[in-house]
Amino acid sequence: MSIESRTATTDSDGGESDARSDSESAVGSDAGDAGASGADRRAVDAASVVASDLTKRYDETLVFDGLDLSVAAGEVCCLLGPSGCGKTTLLHLLAGLEDPTGGRVEIGGERVTGPDYRWGVVFQDPLLYPWLSVRENIEIGPRLRGEEPDPELVDELLALVGLDGVADADTSDLSGGMAQRASLARTLANEPDVLLLDEPFSALDQLTKMELQDELLRIVDELGVTAVFVTHDIDEAVYLGDRVAIMGTIPAGIEHVEQIDSETRERDDEAFLAERAATFERLEAVGLE
Amino acid sequence: MATRDRRRYGSELLGEGGRLLPAVGLLGGLAVWWAVTALGSGIITNFAPAATVAVLAELVVSPAFYDHVLVSVYRFAVALGLCLTVGLPVGIVVGYFKAAERATTVLFQFMRMISPLAWFPIAIIVFGVGTRSAVFVMFMAGLWPIVLNTAHGIATIDDDWITVGESLGGDTRALLRRVVVPAVIPDMLTGIRLSIGILWIILVPAEMLGVNTGLGYLILDARDRFSYAEIPAIMLVIGFIGFWLDLSVRRLHARWNWG
Repeated sequence: MSIESRTATTDSDGGESDARSDSESAVGSDAGDAGASGADRRAVDAASVVASDLTKRYDETLVFDGLDLSVAAGEVCCLLGPSGCGKTTLLHLLAGLEDPTGGRVEIGGERVTGPDYRWGVVFQDPLLYPWLSVRENIEIGPRLRGEEPDPELVDELLALVGLDGVADADTSDLSGGMAQRASLARTLANEPDVLLLDEPFSALDQLTKMELQDELLRIVDELGVTAVFVTHDIDEAVYLGDRVAIMGTIPAGIEHVEQIDSETRERDDEAFLAERAATFERLEAVGLE
Repeated sequence: MATRDRRRYGSELLGEGGRLLPAVGLLGGLAVWWAVTALGSGIITNFAPAATVAVLAELVVSPAFYDHVLVSVYRFAVALGLCLTVGLPVGIVVGYFKAAERATTVLFQFMRMISPLAWFPIAIIVFGVGTRSAVFVMFMAGLWPIVLNTAHGIATIDDDWITVGESLGGDTRALLRRVVVPAVIPDMLTGIRLSIGILWIILVPAEMLGVNTGLGYLILDARDRFSYAEIPAIMLVIGFIGFWLDLSVRRLHARWNWG
């Protein structure tokens, strides 16, 4: 029923460290020297995410049963599936926002028993606090933990997500894409080891969505965090993921894991586009609409 | 948008000249006031606008008059302070704990419907004649909007805001301070605005019973001294202060407003 995801990195023992090496070129020209510094920080910050024998049941409804998923440190894993397949539920279990009926989740070898700032969540809605400015929203994570936010880190994050010009703006003045950028920066301000993203771009228009996908890849590379990205969009999953885990209708759980290998993620690269088309077809063949 | 605007009669007046409309309304009110007193006969002519303005000009330069204004504002402030001190915490508890809400809803709705002036005999028997009775009666009137609006705000707070706070690492205390309370400020201000309106209205009858200072007392005193024009003059001052109080909270509310 579920597929042991180690198959994805069987080629070497060092699968964790080279998981993102393909996409180094995605750092691209706009990120400057980000790629190099990202490589340095990667091994230090990232943590693996391991779900073993995970079962979730709401009263009569079995969402999945005995699900296994392993995401290597520094890897981007997309959870892809139709609505109602339990992918958001799975993400909530990984985040500790809900308790599993059975099984366990470990992040960086530590058992997940509840939400924690070290595994940061980005939600579908930006959910910024409207009584705070953009900057204050980004600072709220450390403040909620009783720490004084590091102004330099906040400045860096504002620049990283391209909001340095509107740091003092009200959240109501932000467009949907800007609000989601602020939301991402807010989560990053806690310097999490793992990013858990729940369809964060699904409410955005196509152009903004593509822009943010590129930015997310750049940021993930630069910070070297592990990311689990939930989406119902095959295109998005193939573009963002080192691996794509496909979930079937409940209670199927994870039905198939696809390794995405490509030299580049440039949207205008013929080879990558061909690769994506092929992957796309393979995924469709697996049964996803 | 445009069609909906057009559907409202006279919306074209709401351009630049629209700023003058409040003044037009005030002048209209003044015209009615003048007409009623000028066209009437007998004692009502004492309340005419011209006489009122003359008395008002005397009042605003009289230090004794400001003593009465200050006493009234002081009573209002004390009553509002008490309403806030009791109302906000009670509202938070009632909104946060389902059991507290269940236990108090009927009681509060019941209490709210008892005219605050009905408390007056009890207040005078218990507190005696004076400021304390007046403040007590005002308190019994102004408490409920603050309690009920705060409780409603807490009960209807967006759950996702709390989930985000939890996922960012906040414990219950930090969440209450940095998420729950700020999220409820607009509802609190709605309650405070309603409460301020009620307190200022109840102030006048409260000062007509058993005290010898304040604007309410001054109205009765003017009647007893047969200085009739003074009555509408004092009423204008009461209205002016009340309008200004409401305007300030409305400004606060506009700045602290989110869905």
